[in-house]
Amino acid sequence: MAEVQRTETAGTRVIGRVMLYTLLILFALYYLMPLFVMLTTSLKTLDDIRGGNLISLPEQISFDAWIKAWSSACTGVNCGGLSGNFWNSVSFVFPAVAISTLVGALNGYVLTMWRFRGSDALFTLLLIGCFIPFQVVLLPMAQTLGWLGIANSTSGLIFVHVVYGLAFTTLFFRNFYVAIPEEMVKAARIDGAGFLRIFWRIILPLSPPILVVCVIWQFTQIWNDFLFGVVFSSGERQPITVALNNLVNTSTGVKEYNVDMAAAIIAGLPTLFVYVVAGKYFVRGLTAGSVKG
Amino acid sequence: MSSLTIRNVRKVFGAVEVLKDIALQIDAGEFLILVGPSGCGKSTLLNILAGLDTATSGEILIGDKVVNNLSPKDRDIAMVFQSYALYPNMTVRQNISFGLEMRRVPKQEQGEIVDRVAKILQMGHLLERKPAQLSGGQRQRVAMGRAIARDPQLFLFDEPLSNLDAKLRVEMRTEIKLLHDRLKATIVYVTHDQIEAMTLGSKIAVMQGGEIRQFGSPQQIYDRPADLFVAGFIGSPSMNFIKAQAVEDSGGVGLQLQTADENFVLPLREAGEALRSWVGKTLILGVRPEQISDAGTVQRTARNAYARKFRIELVEPTGPDTLLFVRINAETVCCRVRPEQACAAGESMELALDLSKAVFFDPGTGKRIG
Repeated sequence: MAEVQRTETAGTRVIGRVMLYTLLILFALYYLMPLFVMLTTSLKTLDDIRGGNLISLPEQISFDAWIKAWSSACTGVNCGGLSGNFWNSVSFVFPAVAISTLVGALNGYVLTMWRFRGSDALFTLLLIGCFIPFQVVLLPMAQTLGWLGIANSTSGLIFVHVVYGLAFTTLFFRNFYVAIPEEMVKAARIDGAGFLRIFWRIILPLSPPILVVCVIWQFTQIWNDFLFGVVFSSGERQPITVALNNLVNTSTGVKEYNVDMAAAIIAGLPTLFVYVVAGKYFVRGLTAGSVKG
Repeated sequence: MSSLTIRNVRKVFGAVEVLKDIALQIDAGEFLILVGPSGCGKSTLLNILAGLDTATSGEILIGDKVVNNLSPKDRDIAMVFQSYALYPNMTVRQNISFGLEMRRVPKQEQGEIVDRVAKILQMGHLLERKPAQLSGGQRQRVAMGRAIARDPQLFLFDEPLSNLDAKLRVEMRTEIKLLHDRLKATIVYVTHDQIEAMTLGSKIAVMQGGEIRQFGSPQQIYDRPADLFVAGFIGSPSMNFIKAQAVEDSGGVGLQLQTADENFVLPLREAGEALRSWVGKTLILGVRPEQISDAGTVQRTARNAYARKFRIELVEPTGPDTLLFVRINAETVCCRVRPEQACAAGESMELALDLSKAVFFDPGTGKRIG
């Protein structure tokens, strides 16, 4: 690279830069376009939408569509907006993310520091779990939830997401912990610390980078999940993704594009928020261990 | 401080016997070195002593207590690891006091112990640092401090110096030796470095292939190696092995030797007394490089010396000594002379063998004769 650049003249370098940035800006615009359309549409009135075109700016900014989407939009006979479903999602996403992350961390700890006969085989089996499509587990999972007596409940949905997420979270933590020298755990054992104490005092404090990765991943997966939500919950307990679908697909009455757009943005905000807050740790955690230092 | 007894310890992994019937005993305050090439089972034995691994059969006694079924924390031991194994999220102070905290030592006492240990190891100024801010030697020192703080019955060292550079290794070696003299601790120390073994140990167990080949004091092992393996492993440059036929020599025993220039019989005199039954057979003569030196020096110091002219094939100056290589019975033999005595390659010079320290081995079994 360096040598190639040295042979270039200043002129060609400027042209190269211009082309590079033009291309990048074009791509950025291309990917930002849907968000732009959603945002502007959600701030227009219905008349404005009918009168203008897709990418025109709103004549006057109105938050009516947002308010309606949040508190009074009708899905079927239920006219309470998405707020209830939003809190539904919050109520199972947080426990599901926390439990699957913590159990994944414990699994990773056992699979690297307390190996037992067959632990590698177990890890391989868990890995296969990452490749099983959602649809395959629907029926057996419904059966299991029935046996456990938690079908159609928030705890049932948490259970499903924890079980499905474990393969990923275990993989994350196991691959992170494999780089930690086993001797550290041996030293702690000789120092007198037990299984949980070593995890809590020594292993977990080393884990923030992978914790962030795992939380972002799980939060995005579980918040955005539609299939498990639509299958394993019903009525008022439905998560926001299902409610959004119902709202947008309502075929009666006038199509309120502005409300649909506002609702879609509301459904997407939490994951956006998580990425903005923790995004830089995400990339750092993904590459941690791959480069020395 | 406690004595340590290992009784018939075996360790089997599947079909592989990693340790075969290991038995040895050291007194309280002794410094035991387990030395051997990689894969000889020394680290496995240390892990078994620590309780991090279990023996397939046999007994481990610390003091007169059988500890086989005790977990590591109940054995009252401390261990220093090759990778130091410091806790990266804790400061040096926390690293040292972690073991005390786990044993519910009162907070104030913890502080006193940490300060005392820091003083012994001269690292008071490092106490609030994290391991990542320390150099290799400082980390090593913290790892030792962690062990000392606990004041255990037995210290275990697992190749603690092999991650350090050569200069620091020598410094830390001295420091460990001083520490042992000062603490009078019982120590088991694993290494593959025979110089560490010789300098530090009060007892050395030379291991190979899961067996103890010889157990004794450093000088015993150096002067009277039990077999060819021990003789070749301990000492640098290693002992010369010369295959030769024992012959009758004016009432005594001699060895038939052949150099580039001549054939002659090396009279063993009193060194050959135990070899009468070997006359007519081939055996292996073992002489260390410093036992073949310039004739003047050897004849002045040795009771039983034999001088002869040899043609020098190669010269390797090392600084304090110069190594000369000659050919005897088709073997390249290393001799050690003072630099000012050395001649150039291709020339001949008079060298003498110090036979009073020569050893002989049975080529069939590899064991020392006599």
